[in-house]
Amino acid sequence: MIERTPLLNVFTHLILLSGVIVMLFPMYLVFVAASLSLKDVSAIPPHILPGDQLWVNMAAAWEKAGFGEKFLNTFIVAFGVVVGKITLACITAFGIVFFDHRLRMPIFWCVFITLMLPLEVRIVPTYAVAANALQPFQVLLDVTGISWLINSLSGIEVALEWNLLNSYTGLIMPLVATATGTFLYRQFFLTIPDELVEAAKMDGAGPVRFLREILIPLSVTNIAALATIMFVYSWNQYLWPLLVITDQSYGMVAVELGRLVPKISSTGGEVAKWNIAMAGTLIVMIPPILVVIFMQRWFVRGLINTDK
Amino acid sequence: MASISIRNVHKSYAREQVVHGVSLEIENGEFIVILGPSGCGKSTLLRMVAGLESITSGQIAIADTVVNDLEPRERGCAMVFQNYALYPHMTVADNIGYALKVAGTAKAERLARVEATAKSVGLGDFLDRRPGQLSGGQRQRVAMARAIIREPRVFLFDEPLSNLDAKLRVQMRHEIRKIHNRIAATSIFVTHDQHEGMTLADRLVVMNKGTIEQVGTPTQIYNHPATIYVAGFIGSPAMNFLSGQLSLAKRAVALENGTLVPLAQLPALPEGHLVQIGIRPEHLRLTARGQGTIDAAVDMIEELGASRLCNLVFEDIPLCLLTDDRPDLAPGAPVGVYLPADRIHLFDSASQRRIETTLVRLDKRESQSGRV
Repeated sequence: MIERTPLLNVFTHLILLSGVIVMLFPMYLVFVAASLSLKDVSAIPPHILPGDQLWVNMAAAWEKAGFGEKFLNTFIVAFGVVVGKITLACITAFGIVFFDHRLRMPIFWCVFITLMLPLEVRIVPTYAVAANALQPFQVLLDVTGISWLINSLSGIEVALEWNLLNSYTGLIMPLVATATGTFLYRQFFLTIPDELVEAAKMDGAGPVRFLREILIPLSVTNIAALATIMFVYSWNQYLWPLLVITDQSYGMVAVELGRLVPKISSTGGEVAKWNIAMAGTLIVMIPPILVVIFMQRWFVRGLINTDK
Repeated sequence: MASISIRNVHKSYAREQVVHGVSLEIENGEFIVILGPSGCGKSTLLRMVAGLESITSGQIAIADTVVNDLEPRERGCAMVFQNYALYPHMTVADNIGYALKVAGTAKAERLARVEATAKSVGLGDFLDRRPGQLSGGQRQRVAMARAIIREPRVFLFDEPLSNLDAKLRVQMRHEIRKIHNRIAATSIFVTHDQHEGMTLADRLVVMNKGTIEQVGTPTQIYNHPATIYVAGFIGSPAMNFLSGQLSLAKRAVALENGTLVPLAQLPALPEGHLVQIGIRPEHLRLTARGQGTIDAAVDMIEELGASRLCNLVFEDIPLCLLTDDRPDLAPGAPVGVYLPADRIHLFDSASQRRIETTLVRLDKRESQSGRV
């Protein structure tokens, strides 16, 4: 039951308002710091009103961090991750929901368990695989003695190597697997009535056709929701790029932003340029905010599944 | 166009068997209605014909080809589902034409056929709408059109009218029968509504607990129910049953309180054989107390408009009597009930099956009335 009294309305709005303030105040501080000169940003007590140096600082941050190249890199990676995640999640969920085979629950649970193993937890083995993506196969060949056999028969030393460090593939691939996406899709697919599947069967549509012409058009809002979440997620990637990228021409914005932020070890005697760091932060925040604003309507519809 | 042959078909799920050896021959162009309560296996049987359920054992043949291992699309069946199962993201035209699109029919031909089919079910003006913008009856028509356009050999209906309101249901019932008369595909129609069954069927199949109880024309089934179950299931209000013992000397059945119910003809059964008398509410007649076959008391009178339904009690057994008269009776009033001997159905208490003498008798009566 929804209770509506004037007093309760005021009270709930106060709670919401305080929430908004708590969330937005740090953003506001970023904005203020980004618009001050170096002298003003270091002043104590800190300034609460914005200054007039915003464009100057943003230009300086853009220049210093080389954001032009980094933005392009990040867009490529974010796009790749979003497309990869949506495709993989859709196909996995399709296999789990619509095909009746013995492995479907084990596979579902395997996917689900990876929720508990985010990239940060398995970062060392993932790095090892990224350093040589064929390593697991090499081990398999060595253990089974096939590489010894090939060596003794043809004299060829089997040494498989596929290095993914310092490449877009290396940045994208480990981020593509997604339990969240698979789960979201699974929940959506479960709401598709059996009769619709059967009607498609009677009409003669095979599984691929059913996926392409019926399921995907029906899950547009889902795709939008997933794309939004995953874009923001991959845009903000920090740890993984920091690890696999040593060549700065593949650098991503979040890592670069980390370099803008003054650290005691790195500044040495230099004055900490917080205004530039905050201006950089503002720049980096813009694309995810735009995506969320534009996708918001779809995003909400996709999550609550009412568009049917 | 195709005949369908169902030969000793069984269906089991993990633990339980739901269809126990059903055999049925359906002729080319016949309209078969499978009637039964929910859970009797009728939908499962239909879905096995369609290819949506595997057949545990037995054979189903369409046009003399065994289809057990064929995909639904290879069987030449079209199906209308209970909740229509329209594709929500497609327009009416795309929904109707989807099967043709999948089959790779050229676009011009497809559009022409979609338009013709839509027109034939009265959907000509709705081709650009989405299913969500249609009423229940219109959606039902789209589902019909989607099935018709494929020119199927076999038409399958899985309770297609049960989501419609009463008036629309009668209307769609007529349209389905008209469509059948026009395209003459062999049709199987599954329902739990006996009115649909009686009005639509060329032959009616009554199922119960995974087996066929009786197959016959609606009048055969109404007039000569083969088992107590069929007798009680077909007809509304349901048939009345009284148990008793055969009394050969008195040419009657002696009810448990000793009352004798005279029979028109005696079956070839021993004296004292336990039987059930079945008689339909519309065949009972109300008399003054003592004047009828049995004496009963009024429990409640229900007004139906065209007639009245008298709920009576005889020895704690409820009896239902349908009459066009306007008996002015208060609850508790004593009445007499006359059981016309030629309307009595006799069933064996042990086997629950019909005792056939009555059939012979009724046939004679029918042929007599036919001559007049």
